[in-house]
Amino acid sequence: MPYALCFLLFMIGLYCAVVKKNMVKIVLGIMIMEYAVNLFLIMLGYLSGGVAPIINRADYDGQTQAIAAQFLNASVDPLPQALVLTSIVISLGSLALMISICIRTYAKYGTFDITEIRRLRG
Amino acid sequence: MKGMTVVVKTVSSWVKVLIFLFGIYIILFGHLTPGGGFAGGVILASSYVLLMLAFGRDLVEANLPLPVASKLDCLGAFLFAMIGVLGLVFGGVFFVNFLYQKYVPQEPFDLVSGGAIPLSNMAIGLKVGASLFLVIFALTVFRYDFQDGGRKTAVADGAEQQKE
Amino acid sequence: MALFYIYILLLFMVIAAIIAVETKDLLSAVICVGAIGFGGSLMFLFLRAPDIAITQIVVEVLGLIILIRATIARDLTFITGDREFFGTVVSVVILLVIVVAGIRVFNTMPEFGVPVFARIPETASQVYISRGLADTGATNVVTSVYLDYRAYDTLGEATVLFTAVIGATAILRSKSRKRLEESEA
Repeated sequence: MPYALCFLLFMIGLYCAVVKKNMVKIVLGIMIMEYAVNLFLIMLGYLSGGVAPIINRADYDGQTQAIAAQFLNASVDPLPQALVLTSIVISLGSLALMISICIRTYAKYGTFDITEIRRLRG
Repeated sequence: MKGMTVVVKTVSSWVKVLIFLFGIYIILFGHLTPGGGFAGGVILASSYVLLMLAFGRDLVEANLPLPVASKLDCLGAFLFAMIGVLGLVFGGVFFVNFLYQKYVPQEPFDLVSGGAIPLSNMAIGLKVGASLFLVIFALTVFRYDFQDGGRKTAVADGAEQQKE
Repeated sequence: MALFYIYILLLFMVIAAIIAVETKDLLSAVICVGAIGFGGSLMFLFLRAPDIAITQIVVEVLGLIILIRATIARDLTFITGDREFFGTVVSVVILLVIVVAGIRVFNTMPEFGVPVFARIPETASQVYISRGLADTGATNVVTSVYLDYRAYDTLGEATVLFTAVIGATAILRSKSRKRLEESEA
């Protein structure tokens, strides 16, 4: 069942973000969780044997402005695709923000280890 | 680092034009074929990133200075918001597709179709490309400071603040 | 046949994720995350989402550049071991609770390959597919959704990206403005 593998991917990312103590590893875990969630949303809209939601010239009747029934019955769900499209670009922006925080912390403390950083603060 | 070897420089100077054209194509045909403003904007940014990696920072900074990129970023966001406001003015609802079948005659499957959607695609592409270019440029600038001994001073600054 | 490819790619992504989590070298972990991203791009192609596939493959390239820029030429890339014992135990217990809750959710999940809008009539997705071309004039239904029906979504996305870029440039500026003016004066 593909949903179960997708959930396993999410759990691996969550484990990485919770347990590891390297800062870049935590960022990588958050990225893995993002991939899993995007994949799950697209999977929810998949129709087996479907076509991409792009209308061909053959499916469109110019006079009556009607779309052929074979496209209506075979198209996959376009709504999760539109949501995931914005989410992917946002994930790149947030990745840049997290990485800049990591670089700044490295320049200040000289390490990526969060337990070291906490000890230096204390 | 003043850029990579001559092979990389030659190949990237040929390829950069193709990548930029492909980004413009993806943006312009976003309402007919797969693609759109997001993917096209990231491709435009990646062509400049290729130049930055191959030729070093100075060439890119001469071509597209940081204030210009920042202004392009703001211009893209402003144009996209203005399309929504124009929909409010001409159509009565915020973000209504005011151009479609009202002011411009258009047929489906043409390049000029979809009303305000291609204009929105261009604004989004400009915004995404400029902002991602700005992020990677900022990362590069900081790394150059790093190699010129900036790290030593940064660590020293941190140590001083620890004592305080 | 498409289901077979989907299983193979998902297994590939899971294996790459395990390697990325458990490897010692930070650069190898970054490259494994890139493998997950490219595998996901192929998955989107098999799931009939070419818009997402193009965006994912381009975003992955730029993300890899950012990540490698962060991890290369740093001294302490080998940090082994986990956090302290008590915190690890608590987090693992919470993870197990989430796993149990997730397994209960699987009973209510629809069958793979049958989307929600195929079972229930008159959903939003069916309206988008059947009337998208007549309402907006765009033949790509995904574009007509995110730029016409749900343009507020895209406006919010632009705001989030703007904020992220402002934050990144403000954090990465090597000298504060006050100190810069002092050094020039």
